[in-house]
Amino acid sequence: MEKSLHLEIVTPDRLVLSEKVDYVGAPGYEGEFGILPNHIPFLSALNIGSLYYKAGGKTHWIFVSGGFAEVSDNKVTVLAESAERAEDIDLERARKAKERAEQRLAQAKEKLDSARAQAALQRALARMRVRGAA
Amino acid sequence: MPSLKDVKVKIAGVKKTKQITKAMNMVASAKLRGAQQRIERFRPYASKFYDMLGDLASKADSSVHPLLEVREEIKTCGIVLATSDRGLCGSFNSNLITTALKLAAKKAAEGKKVKFYCVGKKGRDAARKTDHEVAMALADQMGSFDFQLANRIGLDVINAYLTRELDEVIMVYGEFVSMAKQLPIALPILPIAPKEEEAAPAAPASNKEYIYEPAVEGLLAELLPRFIKVQLYRGLLDTSASEHAARMAAMDNATRSCDDMIGSLTLLFNKTRQASITRDLMDIVGGAEALKG
Repeated sequence: MEKSLHLEIVTPDRLVLSEKVDYVGAPGYEGEFGILPNHIPFLSALNIGSLYYKAGGKTHWIFVSGGFAEVSDNKVTVLAESAERAEDIDLERARKAKERAEQRLAQAKEKLDSARAQAALQRALARMRVRGAA
Repeated sequence: MPSLKDVKVKIAGVKKTKQITKAMNMVASAKLRGAQQRIERFRPYASKFYDMLGDLASKADSSVHPLLEVREEIKTCGIVLATSDRGLCGSFNSNLITTALKLAAKKAAEGKKVKFYCVGKKGRDAARKTDHEVAMALADQMGSFDFQLANRIGLDVINAYLTRELDEVIMVYGEFVSMAKQLPIALPILPIAPKEEEAAPAAPASNKEYIYEPAVEGLLAELLPRFIKVQLYRGLLDTSASEHAARMAAMDNATRSCDDMIGSLTLLFNKTRQASITRDLMDIVGGAEALKG
Protein backbone atom coordinates (compact mmCIF):
# COMPACT_ATOMS: atom_id res chain seq x y z
CA MET A 1 0.00 0.00 0.00
CA GLU A 2 1.25 3.44 -0.90
CA LYS A 3 1.60 5.75 2.05
CA SER A 4 1.81 9.07 0.26
CA LEU A 5 0.22 11.00 -2.56
CA HIS A 6 1.81 12.91 -5.36
CA LEU A 7 0.25 16.34 -5.67
CA GLU A 8 0.68 18.35 -8.84
CA ILE A 9 -0.84 21.77 -9.43
CA VAL A 10 -0.66 23.15 -12.95
CA THR A 11 -1.85 26.48 -14.31
CA PRO A 12 -1.63 27.69 -17.90
CA ASP A 13 1.37 29.81 -16.95
CA ARG A 14 3.43 27.36 -14.96
CA LEU A 15 3.75 24.29 -12.81
CA VAL A 16 2.95 25.62 -9.38
CA LEU A 17 3.74 22.57 -7.33
CA SER A 18 4.83 18.96 -7.64
CA GLU A 19 5.38 17.27 -4.30
CA LYS A 20 4.89 14.17 -2.20
CA VAL A 21 2.20 14.83 0.38
CA ASP A 22 0.21 12.95 3.00
CA TYR A 23 -3.16 14.59 2.64
CA VAL A 24 -4.95 17.00 0.30
CA GLY A 25 -8.04 18.99 1.15
CA ALA A 26 -9.73 20.85 -1.67
CA PRO A 27 -12.77 23.07 -2.17
CA GLY A 28 -14.93 20.80 -4.32
CA TYR A 29 -17.85 21.88 -6.39
CA GLU A 30 -20.27 20.29 -3.95
CA GLY A 31 -18.35 21.00 -0.80
CA GLU A 32 -14.89 20.40 0.54
CA PHE A 33 -13.34 16.99 0.14
CA GLY A 34 -10.24 15.33 1.47
CA ILE A 35 -7.93 12.90 -0.26
CA LEU A 36 -5.83 10.33 1.56
CA PRO A 37 -3.51 7.80 -0.06
CA ASN A 38 -5.23 4.97 -1.97
CA HIS A 39 -8.28 7.06 -2.75
CA ILE A 40 -10.44 5.66 -5.55
CA PRO A 41 -10.34 7.50 -8.91
CA PHE A 42 -12.13 10.77 -8.57
CA LEU A 43 -12.71 13.82 -10.75
CA SER A 44 -14.20 17.02 -9.47
CA ALA A 45 -14.63 20.63 -10.43
CA LEU A 46 -13.25 23.03 -7.84
CA ASN A 47 -14.75 26.14 -6.38
CA ILE A 48 -12.84 29.33 -5.82
CA GLY A 49 -11.16 28.85 -2.50
CA SER A 50 -8.32 27.39 -0.55
CA LEU A 51 -6.68 24.07 -1.14
CA TYR A 52 -4.40 22.69 1.54
CA TYR A 53 -2.05 19.79 1.83
CA LYS A 54 -0.17 18.19 4.66
CA ALA A 55 3.40 17.09 4.22
CA GLY A 56 5.84 16.19 6.98
CA GLY A 57 3.44 17.31 9.68
CA LYS A 58 3.03 20.78 8.22
CA THR A 59 -0.02 22.22 6.53
CA HIS A 60 0.37 24.41 3.46
CA TRP A 61 -2.31 26.57 1.91
CA ILE A 62 -2.81 27.38 -1.73
CA PHE A 63 -5.36 29.62 -3.35
CA VAL A 64 -7.06 28.12 -6.42
CA SER A 65 -9.69 29.41 -8.79
CA GLY A 66 -11.42 27.90 -11.76
CA GLY A 67 -9.95 24.46 -11.44
CA PHE A 68 -10.41 20.73 -11.63
CA ALA A 69 -8.92 17.99 -9.56
CA GLU A 70 -8.25 14.49 -10.72
CA VAL A 71 -7.27 11.65 -8.43
CA SER A 72 -5.99 8.36 -9.70
CA ASP A 73 -3.23 5.95 -8.67
CA ASN A 74 -2.22 8.10 -5.73
CA LYS A 75 -1.71 11.04 -8.01
CA VAL A 76 -3.65 14.22 -7.44
CA THR A 77 -3.58 16.55 -10.42
CA VAL A 78 -5.09 19.98 -10.07
CA LEU A 79 -5.67 22.05 -13.19
CA ALA A 80 -6.48 25.61 -12.21
CA GLU A 81 -6.82 28.91 -14.04
CA SER A 82 -4.83 30.45 -11.25
CA ALA A 83 -3.12 29.05 -8.22
CA GLU A 84 -0.92 30.84 -5.70
CA ARG A 85 0.87 29.63 -2.62
CA ALA A 86 -0.23 31.46 0.49
CA GLU A 87 3.17 33.11 0.91
CA ASP A 88 3.09 34.47 -2.65
CA ILE A 89 -0.26 36.20 -2.31
CA ASP A 90 -0.19 39.95 -2.46
CA LEU A 91 -2.53 40.96 0.34
CA GLU A 92 -2.62 44.60 -0.66
CA ARG A 93 -3.66 43.70 -4.18
CA ALA A 94 -6.37 41.36 -2.94
CA ARG A 95 -7.71 44.07 -0.68
CA LYS A 96 -7.86 46.53 -3.55
CA ALA A 97 -9.53 43.95 -5.76
CA LYS A 98 -12.11 43.40 -3.04
CA GLU A 99 -12.91 47.11 -2.83
CA ARG A 100 -13.15 47.35 -6.61
CA ALA A 101 -15.45 44.37 -6.79
CA GLU A 102 -17.68 45.75 -4.07
CA GLN A 103 -17.95 49.05 -5.88
CA ARG A 104 -18.78 47.35 -9.14
CA LEU A 105 -21.31 45.18 -7.41
CA ALA A 106 -23.07 48.24 -6.02
CA GLN A 107 -23.23 49.90 -9.43
CA ALA A 108 -23.79 46.89 -11.64
CA LYS A 109 -26.98 47.10 -13.63
CA GLU A 110 -26.72 44.11 -15.88
CA LYS A 111 -26.86 40.60 -14.58
CA LEU A 112 -23.62 39.76 -16.37
CA ASP A 113 -21.69 42.59 -14.71
CA SER A 114 -22.87 41.66 -11.30
CA ALA A 115 -21.99 38.01 -11.82
CA ARG A 116 -18.46 38.98 -12.81
CA ALA A 117 -18.07 41.34 -9.89
CA GLN A 118 -19.37 38.65 -7.58
CA ALA A 119 -16.76 36.22 -8.88
CA ALA A 120 -14.02 38.82 -8.50
CA LEU A 121 -15.15 39.49 -4.95
CA GLN A 122 -15.07 35.81 -4.12
CA ARG A 123 -11.57 35.47 -5.51
CA ALA A 124 -10.34 38.43 -3.48
CA LEU A 125 -11.93 37.14 -0.29
CA ALA A 126 -10.54 33.65 -0.82
CA ARG A 127 -7.06 35.07 -1.41
CA MET A 128 -7.26 37.02 1.81
CA ARG A 129 -8.46 33.98 3.71
CA VAL A 130 -5.63 31.84 2.37
CA ARG A 131 -3.07 34.51 3.24
CA GLY A 132 -4.54 34.77 6.70
CA ALA A 133 -4.40 31.02 7.27
CA ALA A 134 -0.72 30.73 6.42
CA MET B 1 29.74 62.48 -58.52
CA PRO B 2 28.67 63.09 -54.89
CA SER B 3 31.09 64.93 -52.68
CA LEU B 4 33.31 63.03 -50.27
CA LYS B 5 31.52 64.46 -47.27
CA ASP B 6 28.07 63.41 -48.53
CA VAL B 7 29.19 59.80 -48.87
CA LYS B 8 30.76 59.85 -45.43
CA VAL B 9 27.57 61.14 -43.83
CA LYS B 10 25.54 58.53 -45.61
CA ILE B 11 27.80 55.70 -44.45
CA ALA B 12 27.52 56.92 -40.87
CA GLY B 13 23.73 56.99 -41.19
CA VAL B 14 23.50 53.45 -42.54
CA LYS B 15 25.81 52.27 -39.76
CA LYS B 16 23.45 53.75 -37.17
CA THR B 17 20.48 52.02 -38.79
CA LYS B 18 22.39 48.78 -38.70
CA GLN B 19 23.00 49.18 -35.00
CA ILE B 20 19.29 49.61 -34.42
CA THR B 21 18.24 46.67 -36.54
CA LYS B 22 20.85 44.50 -34.89
CA ALA B 23 19.64 45.50 -31.44
CA MET B 24 16.03 44.83 -32.41
CA ASN B 25 17.05 41.43 -33.68
CA MET B 26 18.63 40.58 -30.37
CA VAL B 27 15.67 41.87 -28.37
CA ALA B 28 13.32 39.84 -30.56
CA SER B 29 15.39 36.73 -30.08
CA ALA B 30 15.33 37.15 -26.30
CA LYS B 31 11.58 37.67 -26.38
CA LEU B 32 11.14 34.70 -28.65
CA ARG B 33 12.89 32.54 -26.13
CA GLY B 34 10.51 33.81 -23.46
CA ALA B 35 7.51 33.12 -25.65
CA GLN B 36 8.72 29.64 -26.46
CA GLN B 37 9.22 28.93 -22.78
CA ARG B 38 5.68 29.98 -22.10
CA ILE B 39 4.41 27.62 -24.78
CA GLU B 40 6.52 24.93 -23.16
CA ARG B 41 5.09 25.68 -19.74
CA PHE B 42 1.56 25.71 -21.09
CA ARG B 43 1.94 22.27 -22.64
CA PRO B 44 1.47 20.16 -19.47
CA TYR B 45 -1.72 22.03 -18.66
CA ALA B 46 -3.06 21.68 -22.18
CA SER B 47 -2.25 17.99 -22.50
CA LYS B 48 -3.79 17.12 -19.11
CA PHE B 49 -6.77 19.21 -20.02
CA TYR B 50 -7.29 17.43 -23.33
CA ASP B 51 -6.95 14.07 -21.57
CA MET B 52 -9.59 14.99 -19.07
CA LEU B 53 -11.95 16.40 -21.65
CA GLY B 54 -11.51 13.49 -24.02
CA ASP B 55 -12.14 11.07 -21.20
CA LEU B 56 -15.32 12.84 -20.20
CA ALA B 57 -16.59 13.41 -23.70
CA SER B 58 -16.41 9.69 -24.39
CA LYS B 59 -18.69 9.08 -21.41
CA ALA B 60 -21.27 11.80 -21.82
CA ASP B 61 -23.91 12.47 -24.37
CA SER B 62 -22.18 15.61 -25.54
CA SER B 63 -24.89 16.74 -27.95
CA VAL B 64 -26.78 18.33 -25.10
CA HIS B 65 -24.47 21.24 -24.41
CA PRO B 66 -25.28 24.54 -26.18
CA LEU B 67 -21.62 25.20 -26.99
CA LEU B 68 -21.50 22.01 -29.04
CA GLU B 69 -24.69 22.58 -30.96
CA VAL B 70 -24.25 23.52 -34.61
CA ARG B 71 -26.81 26.13 -35.53
CA GLU B 72 -28.69 25.74 -38.76
CA GLU B 73 -28.92 29.39 -39.55
CA ILE B 74 -25.78 31.41 -39.09
CA LYS B 75 -26.44 35.12 -39.01
CA THR B 76 -23.43 36.55 -37.29
CA CYS B 77 -19.85 35.41 -37.39
CA GLY B 78 -17.32 36.53 -34.84
CA ILE B 79 -13.68 36.74 -35.86
CA VAL B 80 -11.06 36.83 -33.15
CA LEU B 81 -8.00 38.39 -34.75
CA ALA B 82 -4.70 38.13 -32.94
CA THR B 83 -1.90 40.35 -34.24
CA SER B 84 1.06 42.17 -32.76
CA ASP B 85 1.05 45.66 -31.35
CA ARG B 86 4.15 46.76 -33.18
CA GLY B 87 5.30 46.64 -36.73
CA LEU B 88 8.75 46.01 -38.20
CA CYS B 89 8.17 42.31 -38.37
CA GLY B 90 8.00 41.71 -42.07
CA SER B 91 4.74 40.55 -43.57
CA PHE B 92 3.60 38.89 -40.35
CA ASN B 93 0.75 41.24 -39.52
CA SER B 94 -0.30 41.88 -43.06
CA ASN B 95 -0.57 38.12 -43.66
CA LEU B 96 -2.83 37.75 -40.65
CA ILE B 97 -4.92 40.75 -41.58
CA THR B 98 -5.31 39.60 -45.18
CA THR B 99 -6.46 36.19 -43.96
CA ALA B 100 -8.97 37.75 -41.60
CA LEU B 101 -10.30 40.24 -44.14
CA LYS B 102 -10.65 37.56 -46.78
CA LEU B 103 -12.57 35.46 -44.32
CA ALA B 104 -14.75 38.44 -43.39
CA ALA B 105 -15.43 39.18 -47.05
CA LYS B 106 -16.38 35.58 -47.65
CA LYS B 107 -18.76 35.56 -44.69
CA ALA B 108 -20.23 38.89 -45.75
CA ALA B 109 -20.81 37.52 -49.25
CA GLU B 110 -22.77 34.70 -47.67
CA GLY B 111 -25.03 37.30 -46.11
CA LYS B 112 -23.62 37.03 -42.62
CA LYS B 113 -22.77 39.86 -40.31
CA VAL B 114 -19.18 39.96 -39.15
CA LYS B 115 -17.95 41.15 -35.78
CA PHE B 116 -14.28 41.58 -34.99
CA TYR B 117 -12.62 40.85 -31.69
CA CYS B 118 -9.12 42.21 -31.97
CA VAL B 119 -6.05 41.65 -29.87
CA GLY B 120 -3.11 43.79 -30.92
CA LYS B 121 -2.96 47.26 -32.40
CA LYS B 122 -2.23 46.28 -35.97
CA GLY B 123 -5.31 44.12 -36.31
CA ARG B 124 -7.48 46.65 -34.58
CA ASP B 125 -6.40 49.44 -36.91
CA ALA B 126 -7.09 47.28 -39.93
CA ALA B 127 -10.48 46.12 -38.64
CA ARG B 128 -11.58 49.66 -37.89
CA LYS B 129 -11.02 50.60 -41.50
CA THR B 130 -13.57 48.03 -42.66
CA ASP B 131 -17.37 48.35 -42.50
CA HIS B 132 -17.60 45.53 -39.97
CA GLU B 133 -18.27 46.08 -36.34
CA VAL B 134 -15.34 45.89 -33.95
CA ALA B 135 -16.90 44.42 -30.83
CA MET B 136 -13.71 44.29 -28.82
CA ALA B 137 -10.30 45.85 -29.25
CA LEU B 138 -7.48 45.04 -26.88
CA ALA B 139 -4.32 46.96 -27.64
CA ASP B 140 -0.97 46.90 -25.87
CA GLN B 141 -1.61 43.47 -24.43
CA MET B 142 0.66 41.29 -26.50
CA GLY B 143 3.78 42.49 -24.70
CA SER B 144 2.91 40.70 -21.50
CA PHE B 145 -0.26 38.74 -21.13
CA ASP B 146 -1.38 35.78 -19.09
CA PHE B 147 -4.33 33.47 -19.06
CA GLN B 148 -6.56 36.29 -17.87
CA LEU B 149 -6.46 37.81 -21.34
CA ALA B 150 -7.76 34.61 -22.90
CA ASN B 151 -10.25 34.45 -20.07
CA ARG B 152 -11.57 37.90 -20.90
CA ILE B 153 -11.95 37.25 -24.59
CA GLY B 154 -13.39 33.81 -23.88
CA LEU B 155 -16.05 35.14 -21.52
CA ASP B 156 -17.13 37.79 -23.98
CA VAL B 157 -17.27 35.44 -26.92
CA ILE B 158 -19.10 32.71 -25.01
CA ASN B 159 -21.65 35.14 -23.65
CA ALA B 160 -22.27 36.59 -27.09
CA TYR B 161 -22.64 33.07 -28.42
CA LEU B 162 -25.08 31.98 -25.75
CA THR B 163 -27.23 35.09 -26.19
CA ARG B 164 -27.23 34.40 -29.93
CA GLU B 165 -25.38 37.58 -30.79
CA LEU B 166 -22.87 35.32 -32.47
CA ASP B 167 -23.58 32.05 -34.21
CA GLU B 168 -20.04 31.02 -34.93
CA VAL B 169 -16.60 32.15 -33.88
CA ILE B 170 -13.35 31.80 -35.78
CA MET B 171 -9.93 32.73 -34.54
CA VAL B 172 -7.23 34.01 -36.86
CA TYR B 173 -3.76 33.72 -35.40
CA GLY B 174 -0.18 33.14 -36.43
CA GLU B 175 0.83 29.57 -35.89
CA PHE B 176 4.44 29.12 -34.93
CA VAL B 177 5.65 26.30 -37.16
CA SER B 178 9.35 26.98 -36.96
CA MET B 179 11.81 29.83 -36.76
CA ALA B 180 11.52 30.37 -40.48
CA LYS B 181 7.86 29.62 -40.92
CA GLN B 182 4.80 31.20 -39.39
CA LEU B 183 1.41 30.48 -40.84
CA PRO B 184 -1.78 32.50 -40.55
CA ILE B 185 -4.44 30.04 -39.39
CA ALA B 186 -8.21 30.41 -39.24
CA LEU B 187 -9.40 28.07 -36.53
CA PRO B 188 -13.11 27.58 -35.81
CA ILE B 189 -13.63 28.02 -32.07
CA LEU B 190 -17.39 27.88 -31.69
CA PRO B 191 -19.40 25.74 -31.93
CA ILE B 192 -16.89 23.24 -30.57
CA ALA B 193 -16.24 20.54 -33.09
CA PRO B 194 -15.93 17.11 -31.54
CA LYS B 195 -12.37 15.89 -31.94
CA GLU B 196 -12.06 12.16 -32.25
CA GLU B 197 -8.30 12.01 -32.28
CA GLU B 198 -8.05 13.89 -28.98
CA ALA B 199 -10.29 11.36 -27.30
CA ALA B 200 -8.44 8.32 -28.56
CA PRO B 201 -5.29 8.37 -26.38
CA ALA B 202 -7.42 8.74 -23.25
CA ALA B 203 -9.27 5.50 -23.97
CA PRO B 204 -7.21 3.16 -21.74
CA ALA B 205 -7.66 5.46 -18.77
CA SER B 206 -11.40 5.37 -19.15
CA ASN B 207 -11.50 1.77 -17.98
CA LYS B 208 -11.11 3.08 -14.49
CA GLU B 209 -14.32 3.84 -12.66
CA TYR B 210 -14.21 7.45 -11.63
CA ILE B 211 -16.44 9.23 -9.19
CA TYR B 212 -17.56 12.45 -10.79
CA GLU B 213 -18.51 15.52 -8.90
CA PRO B 214 -20.72 17.06 -10.21
CA ALA B 215 -22.07 14.43 -12.60
CA VAL B 216 -20.47 14.02 -16.04
CA GLU B 217 -22.78 16.50 -17.78
CA GLY B 218 -22.20 19.10 -15.12
CA LEU B 219 -18.44 18.68 -15.33
CA LEU B 220 -18.59 18.95 -19.07
CA ALA B 221 -20.50 22.20 -18.75
CA GLU B 222 -17.60 23.50 -16.64
CA LEU B 223 -14.90 22.14 -18.91
CA LEU B 224 -16.18 23.26 -22.30
CA PRO B 225 -16.03 27.04 -21.73
CA ARG B 226 -12.55 26.50 -20.40
CA PHE B 227 -11.65 24.53 -23.49
CA ILE B 228 -12.43 27.62 -25.55
CA LYS B 229 -10.20 29.73 -23.35
CA VAL B 230 -7.42 27.16 -23.60
CA GLN B 231 -7.63 27.32 -27.37
CA LEU B 232 -7.65 31.10 -27.36
CA TYR B 233 -4.66 31.16 -25.05
CA ARG B 234 -2.77 28.76 -27.25
CA GLY B 235 -3.52 30.95 -30.24
CA LEU B 236 -2.28 34.03 -28.42
CA LEU B 237 0.91 32.31 -27.27
CA ASP B 238 1.60 31.12 -30.80
CA THR B 239 0.95 34.56 -32.24
CA SER B 240 3.37 36.09 -29.78
CA ALA B 241 6.10 33.57 -30.59
CA SER B 242 5.49 33.99 -34.32
CA GLU B 243 5.67 37.74 -34.02
CA HIS B 244 9.08 37.62 -32.45
CA ALA B 245 10.34 35.02 -34.91
CA ALA B 246 9.08 37.14 -37.81
CA ARG B 247 10.71 40.23 -36.37
CA MET B 248 13.98 38.39 -35.91
CA ALA B 249 13.97 37.33 -39.56
CA ALA B 250 13.00 40.80 -40.75
CA MET B 251 15.69 42.47 -38.67
CA ASP B 252 18.25 39.92 -39.78
CA ASN B 253 17.48 40.78 -43.39
CA ALA B 254 17.64 44.48 -42.61
CA THR B 255 21.02 44.09 -40.95
CA ARG B 256 22.32 42.21 -43.95
CA SER B 257 21.01 44.88 -46.34
CA CYS B 258 22.76 47.47 -44.22
CA ASP B 259 26.02 45.55 -44.60
CA ASP B 260 25.58 45.42 -48.37
CA MET B 261 24.83 49.10 -48.47
CA ILE B 262 27.82 49.99 -46.33
CA GLY B 263 30.00 47.91 -48.66
CA SER B 264 28.87 49.64 -51.83
CA LEU B 265 28.97 53.06 -50.19
CA THR B 266 32.53 52.46 -48.98
CA LEU B 267 33.49 51.52 -52.53
CA LEU B 268 31.94 54.73 -53.76
CA PHE B 269 33.75 56.66 -51.04
CA ASN B 270 37.10 55.19 -52.06
CA LYS B 271 36.46 55.85 -55.73
CA THR B 272 35.49 59.42 -55.03
CA ARG B 273 38.57 59.95 -52.89
CA GLN B 274 40.82 58.40 -55.54
CA ALA B 275 39.25 60.60 -58.19
CA SER B 276 39.92 63.73 -56.21
CA ILE B 277 43.54 62.67 -55.55
CA THR B 278 44.06 62.01 -59.23
CA ARG B 279 42.57 65.40 -60.06
CA ASP B 280 44.88 67.13 -57.59
CA LEU B 281 47.92 65.28 -58.94
CA MET B 282 47.04 66.25 -62.47
CA ASP B 283 46.89 69.88 -61.36
CA ILE B 284 50.30 69.70 -59.70
CA VAL B 285 51.92 67.88 -62.60
CA GLY B 286 50.29 70.32 -65.03
CA GLY B 287 51.57 73.29 -63.01
CA ALA B 288 55.12 71.86 -62.83
CA GLU B 289 55.15 71.24 -66.60
CA ALA B 290 54.05 74.83 -67.20
CA LEU B 291 56.84 76.23 -65.00
CA LYS B 292 59.47 74.08 -66.75
CA GLY B 293 58.39 75.22 -70.15
